[in-house]
Amino acid sequence: MDRTLTASELIRRPTHPIYRRLGDRVFQVVVVTLGLSIIALALLLAEVLLVEGWEPLRRFGFFGFLTGTTWDPVRGVFGTWPFIVGTLITAVASLALSFLPAIGVAIFSAEYAPRWLASIIDTIVDLLAAVPSVVVGIWGIFVLVPLMQNHVYLPVYYWAFENAPGLLPVLGPPAGYNLVTATIVLALMIVPYTTALARDAIRLVPRSQREAARALGATRWEVMRMAVLPYARGAIVAGAILSFGRAIGETMAVAMLIGNSNTLPFTFFGPAATMPSVIVNEFREAVEDLHLASLMTVGFYLFLISLTVNLIAAWLQRKLAVGGRAL
Amino acid sequence: MAVTAPAAPGTLGRLATVTPENLRRRYRRDRLMIGLLVVATTVVLVPLLIIVWYVVSNGISAVLTADFYTQDLGSPARALQGRPTGLGHTILGTMVVDGLALLIAVPIGVGAGIMLSEYPDHPLNPVLRILNDTLNGMPAILKGLLAFSLIVKPMGTFSGFSGAVALAFVMLPILARATEGVLRIIPWSIREAGLALGLPRWRVVLNTVLPAARVGVVTGILIAFARAAGEAAPLLFTSFGNNFFSSTPLRYLMGPVDTLPARLYSLAISPYKEWHAMGWGAGVILLVLVIVTFVGTRIVTRARHTTDL
Amino acid sequence: MDPVTSPQTAPSTPKPQQAGQGEARATVAADAEPRLVTEGITVHYGNVVGVRDVSLTFRDKTVTALIGPSGCGKTTFLRSLNRMHDLTRGVKVSGRAVLDGTDIYANGVDPVTIRRRIGMVFQKPTPFPTMSIYDNVVAGLKLVGIRDRALLDEVAERSLRQAALWDEVKDRLKAPAAGISGGQQQRLSIARALAVEAEVLLMDEPTSSLDPQSTMRIEELIQELKDTVTIIIVTHNMQQAARVSDYTAFFYEGDLIEVSDTNRMFTNPKEQRTNDYITGRFG
Repeated sequence: MDRTLTASELIRRPTHPIYRRLGDRVFQVVVVTLGLSIIALALLLAEVLLVEGWEPLRRFGFFGFLTGTTWDPVRGVFGTWPFIVGTLITAVASLALSFLPAIGVAIFSAEYAPRWLASIIDTIVDLLAAVPSVVVGIWGIFVLVPLMQNHVYLPVYYWAFENAPGLLPVLGPPAGYNLVTATIVLALMIVPYTTALARDAIRLVPRSQREAARALGATRWEVMRMAVLPYARGAIVAGAILSFGRAIGETMAVAMLIGNSNTLPFTFFGPAATMPSVIVNEFREAVEDLHLASLMTVGFYLFLISLTVNLIAAWLQRKLAVGGRAL
Repeated sequence: MAVTAPAAPGTLGRLATVTPENLRRRYRRDRLMIGLLVVATTVVLVPLLIIVWYVVSNGISAVLTADFYTQDLGSPARALQGRPTGLGHTILGTMVVDGLALLIAVPIGVGAGIMLSEYPDHPLNPVLRILNDTLNGMPAILKGLLAFSLIVKPMGTFSGFSGAVALAFVMLPILARATEGVLRIIPWSIREAGLALGLPRWRVVLNTVLPAARVGVVTGILIAFARAAGEAAPLLFTSFGNNFFSSTPLRYLMGPVDTLPARLYSLAISPYKEWHAMGWGAGVILLVLVIVTFVGTRIVTRARHTTDL
Repeated sequence: MDPVTSPQTAPSTPKPQQAGQGEARATVAADAEPRLVTEGITVHYGNVVGVRDVSLTFRDKTVTALIGPSGCGKTTFLRSLNRMHDLTRGVKVSGRAVLDGTDIYANGVDPVTIRRRIGMVFQKPTPFPTMSIYDNVVAGLKLVGIRDRALLDEVAERSLRQAALWDEVKDRLKAPAAGISGGQQQRLSIARALAVEAEVLLMDEPTSSLDPQSTMRIEELIQELKDTVTIIIVTHNMQQAARVSDYTAFFYEGDLIEVSDTNRMFTNPKEQRTNDYITGRFG
């Protein structure tokens, strides 16, 4: 190019049809291929888990493996029921424990706190949501477990031993690594997530809704209860379900704190296990092919449960969204 | 007809009346709720801050030694006998694995984001969106199992490469979603302006739309990185772990390699007090990594106003 | 018949207030009692003055239109009349707004109580989308703890009739409020304000998001409602102001320029700026 083109020359400069057509073609093919690779990945995930975990499914049956209560690598009998129970108990309990406080933080930050305080709270919440699971896990091992053991599990156990021996089978032996510890830690881990989603949902409620309520003579809390929370409920509930999904898949902190017992019944103070925790704890030690394959099968069921939870969240969001038909 | 005449103006109907007693009660509830909200905020934030505080105060002494960065871990005996030991190989391994994961994930994730945003009419677009969200919702450990089956098993060895692939699986859906989100904010008029100038579509996307969304794309990459960098579960059976510096650079890719989250896990469940201290130290490094990334996103988004956290 | 409207305190007739110290003095004949009187209302947004020293008298059972180019402060002024600025950060209101002898900005006057007596309808219809039509209408009553089913039913019907909506929705009172048309939603918003027996109704461009047909319904409704309530309406549409209002106040750059009865305002304005505006020379 011997001279600089003026703007209008640049604009009018004829572009070669090959450059145009072919360029667009190539670009679209590249982009779509990249998109397809994610599609392929998602399908591959399901396919690989199913194929790798096929042998236990064949041997014990889909429902047999699902409801099988025995997990015995030595005898080569595998069933995932104990881990499903452990997963659901910890996830449900941690969501129940954390939901209201999370909504409280969200409301406080989005509606009540002065701007400077709200931005501090938001920053902390977003930051805490990113704290790695293993970091919470090490705190659990060295701080939470001894604390709970000395101040909760043992005193309660001794009290029950003397006053209510009927409770002992429910409480179980007071090992510090147990369902309760895992649940507390899970609740701490999903709280920032629920909070952030609820906060964003509350912030998205149009100002006009708040003003309409205020113009009816509502107090601040009444504005929340009558206009803001109902409007945001779809996103809040969907956010809680997504947090539940996180709790289900949360792996490291639970694996470090739940004690790892693969035998039902689980007790409050005794060791237990979840689906992710059993995979982490046994995968590297699994020597038998069937054992390894069974862990893959557990992964497959975990896949199915996560899929269901995510689909429910998406469905609820649409169903409860404002303007949605199924009110 | 049971319809009363409307309230005569100027008279306060009983309905409009807010008795002082009613008002007091409602304001009392208002104040009570504020109180509860403050309590909730404290109850949530304080324990989480306590966790951060414990990690920092227990790990700070380990990370302030030079050995922590220059030595490898070796056998427990080394720590027990007080010989120099550290996590240098772990930090190096983390950089290799995380860096490679970014290299793999960024082009694919951003490309998929472009497909979601720029080709909304493509028949596979809705499928991609659903499956991308599905993938995003899958526990990271399953992505580890996938990488194990796809790479570790055929290769016959744990490797840094397989770890990077597993982390890339974690990053991909986050990247695609974030990229789509920021590209969508760019008004269509910008694209139309480019097309009206006679630019082909691909030039418009690459030269106009992507640069306009640069900040948002970078933010998405940082978020995806922060999420993946803390993951231990998918690495336990891919990059596995290693107590020593690898002998050759290639061994970081082709052999078992240490990463901070996975090492933190094994140190924490080890029976050695000396190793516990180093585990806290690894926790400090991970926290710093997360915080630095986080502050990074805040800085780039503050520079321009396109938040999409 | 249930005496829903037991007379309370007779409104202490405000003394014929000095309804304007500024340049703009209400000059209309005192053909109705003053209901709401502002004295020197000034609204600051931070350091910016949104409304400057406005004194106006709104007479009982009349419609007053506030007109002026956008950004002239008419909406800001309207929102100061039921203390809607209270919770907005950085907004400060000074001056007095006297409703039946009580300054709504006086110490000890509760904004929640005031807003029940001075209702408001917004630019866009604001039904609570998760509630049914019925629940929307009685939302203000449930707030103060009225649970009496028969009373609620009665008020709901009465308010919906007043808002000329009853015939259209009486068969689907339990249907979601989000499902009716924009014009119906706006009338629902009006019914909701009427249900708590607001004496004064503030309307902030209530038809700006509606189609001509719905606009006409609302305008007719305004004519009917002024038998019972005092209406203050902000509009950017001068024809609308001319059609519905008895008095018109013209705002410009935060100042009240002129107020007079609507006929005179549109035929023979005193101020040059008013004339320029209504003849379409700016705005």
